[in-house]
Amino acid sequence: MAMMARTIRNSASRRTMMMSRPIFGLRSMSSWWKNVEPAPKDPILGVTEAFLADPSPDKVNVGVGAYRDDNGKPVVLDCVREAERRIAGTSFMEYLPMGGSVKMVEETLKLAYGDNSEFIKDKRIAAVQSLSGTGACRLFADFQTRFNPGSQIYIPVPTWSNHHNIWRDAQVPQKTYHYYHPETKGLDFKGLMDDVKNAPEGSFFLLHACAHNPTGVDPTEEQWREISQLFKAKNHFAFFDMAYQGFASGDPARDAKSIRIFLEDGHHIGISQSYAKNMGLYGQRVGCLSVLCENEKQAVTVKSQLQQLARPMYSNPPLHGAQIVSTILGDPELKSLWLKEVKIMADRIIGMRTTLRESLEKLGSPLSWEHVTKQIGMFCYSGLTPEQVDRLTSEYHIYMTRNGRISMAGVTTGNVGYLANAIHEVTKSS
Amino acid sequence: MDSVFSNVDRAPEDPILGVTVAYNNDPSPSKLNLGVGAYRTEEGKPLVLDVVRRAEQQLVNDPSRVKEYIPIAGLADFNKLSAKLILGADSPAIQESRVATIQCLSGTGSLRVGAEFLKKHYHQSVIFIPKPTWGNHPKVFNLAGLSVEYYRYYDPATRGLDFQGLLEDLGAAPSGAIVLLHACAHNPTGVDPTPEQWEQIRQLIRSKSLLPFFDSAYQGFASGSLDTDAHSVRTFVADGGECLIAQSYAKNMGLYGERVGALSIVCKSADVASKVESQVKLVVRPMYSSPPIHGASIVATILKSSDMYNDWTIELKGMADRIISMRQQLFEALQAKGTPGDWSHIIKQIGMFTFTGLNKEQVAFMTKEYHIYMTSDGRISMAGLSTKTVPHLVDAIHAAVTRVV
Repeated sequence: MAMMARTIRNSASRRTMMMSRPIFGLRSMSSWWKNVEPAPKDPILGVTEAFLADPSPDKVNVGVGAYRDDNGKPVVLDCVREAERRIAGTSFMEYLPMGGSVKMVEETLKLAYGDNSEFIKDKRIAAVQSLSGTGACRLFADFQTRFNPGSQIYIPVPTWSNHHNIWRDAQVPQKTYHYYHPETKGLDFKGLMDDVKNAPEGSFFLLHACAHNPTGVDPTEEQWREISQLFKAKNHFAFFDMAYQGFASGDPARDAKSIRIFLEDGHHIGISQSYAKNMGLYGQRVGCLSVLCENEKQAVTVKSQLQQLARPMYSNPPLHGAQIVSTILGDPELKSLWLKEVKIMADRIIGMRTTLRESLEKLGSPLSWEHVTKQIGMFCYSGLTPEQVDRLTSEYHIYMTRNGRISMAGVTTGNVGYLANAIHEVTKSS
Repeated sequence: MDSVFSNVDRAPEDPILGVTVAYNNDPSPSKLNLGVGAYRTEEGKPLVLDVVRRAEQQLVNDPSRVKEYIPIAGLADFNKLSAKLILGADSPAIQESRVATIQCLSGTGSLRVGAEFLKKHYHQSVIFIPKPTWGNHPKVFNLAGLSVEYYRYYDPATRGLDFQGLLEDLGAAPSGAIVLLHACAHNPTGVDPTPEQWEQIRQLIRSKSLLPFFDSAYQGFASGSLDTDAHSVRTFVADGGECLIAQSYAKNMGLYGERVGALSIVCKSADVASKVESQVKLVVRPMYSSPPIHGASIVATILKSSDMYNDWTIELKGMADRIISMRQQLFEALQAKGTPGDWSHIIKQIGMFTFTGLNKEQVAFMTKEYHIYMTSDGRISMAGLSTKTVPHLVDAIHAAVTRVV
């Protein structure tokens, strides 16, 4: 650049130096952005925006996946409040390392891999603190593009809509695999296994570890074992998105079963973990990306490269949420309190599933609502069509995403009757 | 089973953050960390501003506070207040709703999100950055898919601005090219254009339809005055043209690890600003969904209370003044010792960093023999110095320039 500048120095620079007049026509120049189109609203977050704008006193928000208590109020866990009390006034707010809080990551790996995991002992896991689950998935996608260029990601149908955005922005081509069976409102196991078998050897697959979003449909333990065996035969890479550990069954170890099966079977997996739901830390953006490697040396190497991707994105991750997590998980009493509180949240949701199903059955619905209690986690894939969802919104002020996904966390003893009735009304003639 | 990542090579240590890693590993009692740009008190301790502690307590004691997801674009009041802070409360751009402001992860995050937006929506994908610049800048822009070119900036001979070179290089840039400008307290050199030079730069940039992208990481921290340090940005905005601004609260509010910042895109009209904001959200969602709540809540709490805001400006000036005083002390001590060379750049440069002019070998020598940690480009963080440690640094510099060439 400098060289080019020197060669045109004589003419360009003299003109430049003589320029002390005001710039003509600046105000008449049009915007650089006049061709920018308004972006479509995010399908999920747009639902809450619409809900908030609705003045109806009957309105119900079963859209975005944030937990609500039985009064429909957001919850800050007691263990979190206590952790915050301990942190306030003591932290120096210095930069974390690029890889984030070492303590937080250590505790987080224990949750996913097991307290006594040999992989942790052998230091075979490359792990960095991430911006919740989204950030972990994005870092992994960027890593995949850089170190496995040409690889694709197989994504289940359906999946959280942002998964598509993440791998697209990381420029990783996407393929899909069968997952949800609309007829049974359960798992299309045969379709899934066929797609896994037909994928080229060494393909990358995105798996939801538990509480599949948006369907709530999970493979059984036996099915997970079969999936793992087939993955082994095909040498596929399994990337687990675990956003609901503890939140699904109420038992974190049980919710990590799929991961533990793959680990037992010798897979080198990747995991995205989030504390948004199970610790209620949504807005703090706290999570962890881990990649199981062959040995310690490789783990150090991979971690160094993950950091190289984080540095030009945000330099280092935010401190506060990580401090809350370390404080809680590092203190046996607080950890025990957390486990209790997670179970309470999970149990309330399971209870609401039962109540919703029973209410619909009592109303004499012609349809089967068995799936409401078979599915697990925050979401119920109701089977409602987009048109039925639109009716729920326009006639009953009930807000959910148009794929018929109901956030069970938004269902309360106060609104379950109203919700069941509305669903019955829009489906009774089908 | 073989790992799919067995071909991955180990990445080199980040040159800036790696300095602190090395410092931490050094057992010497006389070690001095002049590496990463985090403020230190006279006692060499990190500082949490009093006003930040008060905001923290306010937040933790408020039982109605929840931790829900904040909007993709961040906290609305934080965004409004941040725009006011950099542009001035009376800015016509704000009054005309022409500014799209999005909370991001400190300066880095603001730069990256802005760059990704430009890659998607702007007709030019080349960005001109000053030579030298913060080591992370080229990586941020490269990963966003922009190509990076350099414009001359620092003159090693004068240890000041190569103004001629700057004008030539920007004058030769293709029309519409993006230009990264350090709003004040250039990192790593501490060399800033004068107001008159800024005016010439502005005219050149506007005449060539170049797109300014300001990195404002030190507002208030450089001169001690928030308004003075925003002067360059405000004159550009006052001419009615468009620009991008990345703001950081890491240094001026001491919120480093909380990752608080904002990207503002100043547009020609409110309608355009609104569309632009909607598109920036599409960049954010697949990156991290929404920004972290805590740091932004602290900032908003402080900026919206006139008492806390005033107290903040006093503490901020205190930090800036201590750094200016360190510059003075270092300069005078080098004079007194008779260290060869002209060291006046130490007091002419501004902000957290001094570009000493020491070369790689001299730096390595100072680290090895005197346990002074700094980046190999000769940059020292003045914030890491204290009255007590100035003599040790002076000894080191003196030894380096007399014994290592």
